[in-house]
Amino acid sequence: MQSKLKKNKWPLIFTGTNMILFFLFFFLPAILGFYYSLTDYKGYSTANFIGFENYTELFQDPSFYKAMLRTFRYAITLVPIVYVSSLAIALLLNSNYAKGKVLGKIIIFLPWTISGIIAGVIWKWLFGEHFGFINYIISVAGGEAVPWFTNANAAFAVIIMAAVWGGTAFNMLQFSNALKNIPASLYEAAEMDGANSSQKFWNITLPAIKPTSFMVILLASIGSMKEFALVQSLTDGGPGTDNVFIVQYIYQTGFEKMRVGYASAASMVLFAILLILGLIQMKIGGNKGE
Amino acid sequence: MNKKTYNISKLHDKTSTVLLTTALIIIALLYLFPLVWFVLSSFKPGSELFAYPLSVLPRNPTAGNYSDAWNSLDFPRLFGNTLISSVVTTFLTIIASATCGYAFAKYDQKWLSFFFVCIIATTMLPTEVIMNPVFIVIRKLGLYDSLAGIIIPSINTATGIFMFRTFFVSIPDDLVESARMDGASDGRIFFNIMLPIAKPVILTLSIFSFQWRWNDYIWPLIVLNNPKNYTIQVALRSLVGAENINWTILIASSVVSIIPLLLVFIVFQRYITDSNATSGLKG
Repeated sequence: MQSKLKKNKWPLIFTGTNMILFFLFFFLPAILGFYYSLTDYKGYSTANFIGFENYTELFQDPSFYKAMLRTFRYAITLVPIVYVSSLAIALLLNSNYAKGKVLGKIIIFLPWTISGIIAGVIWKWLFGEHFGFINYIISVAGGEAVPWFTNANAAFAVIIMAAVWGGTAFNMLQFSNALKNIPASLYEAAEMDGANSSQKFWNITLPAIKPTSFMVILLASIGSMKEFALVQSLTDGGPGTDNVFIVQYIYQTGFEKMRVGYASAASMVLFAILLILGLIQMKIGGNKGE
Repeated sequence: MNKKTYNISKLHDKTSTVLLTTALIIIALLYLFPLVWFVLSSFKPGSELFAYPLSVLPRNPTAGNYSDAWNSLDFPRLFGNTLISSVVTTFLTIIASATCGYAFAKYDQKWLSFFFVCIIATTMLPTEVIMNPVFIVIRKLGLYDSLAGIIIPSINTATGIFMFRTFFVSIPDDLVESARMDGASDGRIFFNIMLPIAKPVILTLSIFSFQWRWNDYIWPLIVLNNPKNYTIQVALRSLVGAENINWTILIASSVVSIIPLLLVFIVFQRYITDSNATSGLKG
């Protein structure tokens, strides 16, 4: 007993802080969240157990479906665009031919320093319906000004553009590191066999960066499922409630309408989706901690 | 290789250089333009901000928007709050992640593997999903509406722990064993030998942690109530969410809020854009 304690003393000291924090701000809230999802808790007074009523209501609530579908649509639209643009830029910055790569990399990284809130403000300013630069250019070119924020799909498009702008740097960095690790001998051998650039890309580069690709796709999917700050400052879910994403829905029901139990049920649905995404990641991509 | 094909490949190289460099310039301009337009707008007087035809450069540049912004937001306090929470969280994150990552790398106990799986689980369940119950925990602990309420829950980061674990796994166990032979306690070994050699990881994680916390929005939004405790992001959001946006003040305030991280970026640019240690990082 004594020696067991002695053997565990230092590992316990070293991991103690994280264990307490994990328990208080992760494990306990996760259990609490599941419990609240079965109650009518409002954040004050008592929580009455109501079984799966919240879930039944949730699955009949059109605004929940709308938020969920909008979020899926966001993830499905954003992830491929982010994937292609980050990979293309990483390839460009890794090529021997392009000049000014250092400066280019710094510029493409600038949005990384900017918070979701400010990114939203910047794009809102750029796309302003009556004063924005984009509509000005469109009108100078003889086009009709686009109602960027009163049309749900146009507003959605602006959110996507802002998200690509903000999300490229991180993903590009992942691809850059992966590209640097591909042995040059592979390309030399392919060249001897007379392979052209596109053959080299499809047969060498893409297979070699497969693990990174999975990581980027899954992190980007998880990230887009929980988008909040950017949307809140860019459109505030508008026009109307057309672009309310799921985290904003949880925030509104839980903190503005004070329906903690109901919001917790929505959280559990989001949790289930993220869990599935995470399990796919572990299954395909392996344990990234290794 | 005969002379003719050599010439063709030379020509091919030149075309590639021109094409790819042009592509890079266009992409860089696309990424730079929103920010440049925004910063230039901050120097336009209110009357010019919405006056058609728009011009890229301010016709009568003024710093007036900045003094208006300075007068309408309490920047010293907002920056103070944001800086305190970012720096303190980053410092505590480094200490906690380094010790925990070290334990995962160098001790072989069953419960450690179990806890490691728990930490992996946190990457799958982001705080956004459990914000309602976490809020209740924070209130019960008496952390509501205080900077401690945004600092303490943010210390535990799986990414930080993974980074240190990966680093310490690569350090030979012999180093630990021989120090133990010399009679050093595990605590001393960690603080005198291990922590100093982990400097590159400390630096990378510090930069990233500072960026996550400076730009953090959802936590401060939920935890803080009194405007005296607001961080810069929450204060700016109140300007964006206003019925009638005051663009002159909003743009200038936003530019001011970007400056601290921009400075960090300029100083540590090569650690941010080049480090291999950053693979797998996420806020």
